[in-house]
Amino acid sequence: MATLVIENLRKSFGPVAVLHGVDLALASGEMLVIVGASGCGKSTLLRLVAGLDAPTSGRIVLDGRDVARLDPSARDIAMVFQNYALYPHMSVFDNMAYGLRIRGLAKPDIERRVHEAADILGLRPLLTRKPRQLSGGQRQRVAMGRAIVREPKLFLFDEPLSNLDATLRVQMRAEIRRLQRRMGVTSLYVTHDQVEAMTLGDRLLVLHQGVPVQLATPMEVFGRPANTYVAGFIGAPAMNFLPATLASQGTAARFADGTIQRFADGRRAGADGHKLTIGIRPEHVEFEPGGQNFQVDLVEPLGSETVLIGRLASGQLISVKVAGAGPRDETLMVSFPASAFHVFDGTTGLRIDPVVN
Amino acid sequence: MSGRADWPAHTVLALGVLLFLVPVWLLLAGSTLDPAAISRGELSMVPDLRNLGVYGTVLTEGAPGVGPVWRMMLVSAGMALAIAFGKIAISILSAYAVTFFRFPLRMVAFWIIFITLMLPVEVRIIPTYSVMSDLHLINTFPGLTIPLIASATATLLFRQTFLAIPDELVEAARMDGAGPWRFLKDILIPVSAANLAALFVILFVYGWNQYLWPLLVATDPSLDTIVIGIVKMIGTETQTEWNKVMAAAVLALLPPILVVVLMQRWFVKGLTEGDK
Repeated sequence: MATLVIENLRKSFGPVAVLHGVDLALASGEMLVIVGASGCGKSTLLRLVAGLDAPTSGRIVLDGRDVARLDPSARDIAMVFQNYALYPHMSVFDNMAYGLRIRGLAKPDIERRVHEAADILGLRPLLTRKPRQLSGGQRQRVAMGRAIVREPKLFLFDEPLSNLDATLRVQMRAEIRRLQRRMGVTSLYVTHDQVEAMTLGDRLLVLHQGVPVQLATPMEVFGRPANTYVAGFIGAPAMNFLPATLASQGTAARFADGTIQRFADGRRAGADGHKLTIGIRPEHVEFEPGGQNFQVDLVEPLGSETVLIGRLASGQLISVKVAGAGPRDETLMVSFPASAFHVFDGTTGLRIDPVVN
Repeated sequence: MSGRADWPAHTVLALGVLLFLVPVWLLLAGSTLDPAAISRGELSMVPDLRNLGVYGTVLTEGAPGVGPVWRMMLVSAGMALAIAFGKIAISILSAYAVTFFRFPLRMVAFWIIFITLMLPVEVRIIPTYSVMSDLHLINTFPGLTIPLIASATATLLFRQTFLAIPDELVEAARMDGAGPWRFLKDILIPVSAANLAALFVILFVYGWNQYLWPLLVATDPSLDTIVIGIVKMIGTETQTEWNKVMAAAVLALLPPILVVVLMQRWFVKGLTEGDK
């Protein structure tokens, strides 16, 4: 159990800057999920913490000790890789025991630790098998076991579930969360999957093009996204964005079709006519006679809910999520309740919160 | 299987087998015949089983012009093993260096190794001989084997094998705390074991069949390899005892066959199993 503090961590590959200064502080036992599209630098961040790459500048302080220049083996960190990276010629037991043998642990200690981890992960009957004789889920468990037996200060997970099929992924997701809570090891978890991000993390870090965009609890990221990128990235289907301008001394938004809607939560700073982007989640769009015309192009039934994708009269593409089977009409009337608005600056994309009086 | 007629394929295969087996059969049969008859050109396809004793004679006493065959086979085996193991050891290390380490002139080193592929033994045989002579290694076992040990081919093969090893495996080992030697010993060599076995077979046969270099560097009869010995048996001054030559040739075939058969399972795996 340890705290992790990252200060102004930067990484460039030659002239290409991949990480533009990341600051983080993890409490002991906390699980932080780093999420972002591919190429956002999330794997690089993880590799820097692991010591597999050297940072260009910045500090990585694990349990009060700056480890940024140390060899990976000296950092007391264990990592679970995306493709598991099991040693193909070693049995499950040896895969888990290898790191301990190198550290010179006594044989009985190694056996005890491996057997404990195997019991936690349900790997007892498989200890003598080779990785190729295991299923994807079992290999995943062995990879976790290899990390657990080390009893490290920090766990790193590099998209560990992305090679599994959907059912197994859901199952392993819950298992990882349970395990991490039970062991109480501080963890960094990298993923591009927003469901994993929402469900696994105590907190979320959204990275966009090497810049940390938002660091908050999953519900806060979902409820108050810091900018349009986060808003569009977290939540499925993605949030709808409607162009608008500030109106009525900052108390309302004027949409492209001329309608004006008062903000439910108060006045925004800025001059009237300032460009805005109004975000509204698909599940918050309401059907209302007398609303805007919504021409349905595509219906995606998901069982318990249905996603309708179509166009407004202005030609704007939006999606609407409704519970159950959803209406069958091809043209519907929809409205956007002001209480569900997310207000962003139309140019910078940053969230604009109401002015506090 | 379907009832499709596959006799054309079988015919071609049978012909191929025959093509390879007939000369070997001729050897086997000829080794048991009367040398005078062979000299007259009366080579029979039917072996004379009463004369199988020629193998014992050749093994222990040899033939005119050379010592006993067991000794020459021992020299050959020693040379083939030294070359095979030497090549593998050197190539693994050099491939390990150019694949996993970043050092100045790494690619230059690799390309220099690669270029030597274009220079077969025959091309560099005179300078090599001169170097061996300066080192006083003529007519010694090291002189017989060391120049044949450097190998660009094996280095290249190992490099390809190593490149196919996923980065994550290397990184997992680093996180586990394995240093370079440990990684080589515990991960890299076991993971490449199949390729290693395949290469061993190829290199053993290569070493066993060496002719030109042993001919030049080892004139001492105690360093005669079996290949050299067979040539020496075909004397010019004395009457050649062809049955003994053939018996020696049959015996010379055995060790490579043995190696191939014993290593076959690994050999095929190493050649076909691309990724591990």
